[in-house]
Amino acid sequence: MITQNSNEEPSYLDYKGKYKGIFGWILSTDHKRIGLLYLFSIMSFFVIGATIGLLMKFELIAPGKTIITAQTYNAFFTLHGIIMIFAVVIPGLPAVFGNFLLPIMIGAKDVAFPRLNLLSWYFYVTGVTLVLISQFTGQGPPDTGWTFYAPYSFRTTGNMLPAVFGAFVLGFSSILTGLNFLVTIHRLRAPGMTWLKMPLFPWTLYATGWVQLLATPIIGITLLMIAAERVLHIGFFDPTLGGDPLLYQHLFWTYSHPAVYIMILPAMGAISEIIPTFCHKTIFGYNFIVASSIAIAFVGYFIWGHHMFTSGMSGTALYTFSLLTFIVAIPSAIKVFNWISTMHKASIDLQTPFYWAVGFLFVFMIGGFSGLVLGSLATDIHLHNTHFVVAHFHFIVFGGTGYAFFGAMHYWYPKITGKMYDSRWANIGLIIFFTGFITLYGAMFFLGMKGMPRRYYDYDEIFHTGNIISSLGAMVMYFGLAVIIINLVASLKNGRKAPSDPWGGKTLEWTIPSPPPVENFNEIPVITKGPYNYK
Amino acid sequence: MISTAEIHRDDETSKTGMWLFLFTEMLLFGGLFIVYSVYRYRNPVAFHFAAQELSVVIGTINTIILLVSSATIAMSITAIQKKNKKLALLLLGVTILLGLAFLVNKYFEWGEHFKEHIYPGSSVLALRGQGDVLFYGLYFFMTGLHALHIIIGLVFIIVIATSILRDKIDSENHVLLENSGLYWHLVDLIWIFLFPLFYLIT
Repeated sequence: MITQNSNEEPSYLDYKGKYKGIFGWILSTDHKRIGLLYLFSIMSFFVIGATIGLLMKFELIAPGKTIITAQTYNAFFTLHGIIMIFAVVIPGLPAVFGNFLLPIMIGAKDVAFPRLNLLSWYFYVTGVTLVLISQFTGQGPPDTGWTFYAPYSFRTTGNMLPAVFGAFVLGFSSILTGLNFLVTIHRLRAPGMTWLKMPLFPWTLYATGWVQLLATPIIGITLLMIAAERVLHIGFFDPTLGGDPLLYQHLFWTYSHPAVYIMILPAMGAISEIIPTFCHKTIFGYNFIVASSIAIAFVGYFIWGHHMFTSGMSGTALYTFSLLTFIVAIPSAIKVFNWISTMHKASIDLQTPFYWAVGFLFVFMIGGFSGLVLGSLATDIHLHNTHFVVAHFHFIVFGGTGYAFFGAMHYWYPKITGKMYDSRWANIGLIIFFTGFITLYGAMFFLGMKGMPRRYYDYDEIFHTGNIISSLGAMVMYFGLAVIIINLVASLKNGRKAPSDPWGGKTLEWTIPSPPPVENFNEIPVITKGPYNYK
Repeated sequence: MISTAEIHRDDETSKTGMWLFLFTEMLLFGGLFIVYSVYRYRNPVAFHFAAQELSVVIGTINTIILLVSSATIAMSITAIQKKNKKLALLLLGVTILLGLAFLVNKYFEWGEHFKEHIYPGSSVLALRGQGDVLFYGLYFFMTGLHALHIIIGLVFIIVIATSILRDKIDSENHVLLENSGLYWHLVDLIWIFLFPLFYLIT
């Protein structure tokens, strides 16, 4: 591949366009600047969501009222869920790293629809603003949980409409990003980059794009129906009017289960980039990783029922959903096998992003296996709606997407900012974070096995020890998070200048200067070899 | 900031984007079709009698109106390709008028129902039983959402028509007209499904 020599070109950070100052950012159609807009907004909401989570753990440190009232607790887990799901993990990797890196990794100058890209950021901001408005207006904040289950979601006096509409608008933002990426990948790959010469992160974004496009409209219409139910009393999901609340659950999970693949697929993509770079080795089984991404996106549509094993379904439906749930674990396992095989006999360069990738593998496996416990019918009856589910979910979503997000952050930080961060503090932060993470969510598995229900404000004395351990873990994790973020922010100022390829990566983003010039490439590269060409 | 898309125009890219967007629209209505099927299956008798109360005449007229309007917008694309700006504008004007006629019909149709106190949340409707509540709930929600799409489509077409007037869209560069044509066909197509589901299956 050609190394670009374009030092005369201003970087995207220094570029002076039509607009000055802040307007140079919020009116920019440059995919790199939009990626950073997303990064700042998503990180802000992540910190808000994490703080709410910490407050909930403070509340649970002892039975009875500790710091907040029961109603506030309900509002907190609702807001924590809506923010973290719709505003952090769903857009997370695609909107930040996808926006920044997808065009560069496939050798393009921008995404297919740059203005639509900016518009989707505005939709994102509008959506989150609506969710936040719901907290401070009307008769109190929503208290349904992020699932908005009927019929409570149209009976509660909580201010549901702005929250539901906010989630709808966030869905729109997600659809537009997915659509943009799909068209970009179809139309703008560099000459010579055939489908099977495309790096794996773009591949997972491609699979994600289809899920975003084909699943999100279902939640859109479902949320509209909830809104209509509240305003017009139409009766879709209201049993007193002949509607069926179970139908709501089906429609909701028809989107919200595929949504977890919107969260995890790009995370797997980022891990697939990090591992070969630090192993200095071609990824093992490239074709299988590609195929398993597509398989996950496809099978992921047909397993929503496993969220509803206790809601009331026919036996045939139960067995089918359970079987399909086990089947969807196979492509994920194939990926894990390939990542580990890539490490086999490699001379591994132990850097922070690699540690994150290994941390990902560890927590992702625990999350995945506990998912199978929930996917089998008999054990699920015992564990449904307990802390076990919360633990599983956080291991797989926070452990999966979150670890991959921070891994990607440390991997592409030199490229994005043009600075190197302090690895020592990054590693210390990771160790503290990891310790806290395992303690916080690990304890929840045991609490759930013993039968502590989720979303409860109060609990029996027998759960006290487990909750103390879990809450202490939350504090440690929050502290680790602070170390990680402060280190990254401080390195913006103090870090030494990053070379164009600090890790010895082989994909296209490492062939251009750090930070990249405005137009990415002086000359669009011609691709002749596969993406992980190590010799 | 000048981006690639503004330097190089790629019609194929725009059209791909539009087709993908139409997928999402279909799924949006797809969710409603599922809800409709479930409740029709559970309340066959109520749906049967409620459907007989809708005016097949107005429904048929509206179907014809939309089909013709789909034809006129398709013809206007051909007209612009043949550099006949006047004819293209005339055909778009006819499309807009037909779209408005559809909405006017819908207005009178809904008005009749409202006069009989049939609307979501009405106590008269509630007395008639759950099947009727669901039928009319779905009827107002689905045709209402469809009417909203008609309005959005009309706004698009008006914007496109002014661009043609100002020569921003011509025989060389008409992908926006084609895209709004695609959108209008989809709105038409959804009606083709709504019409039998509510008016004809009795």
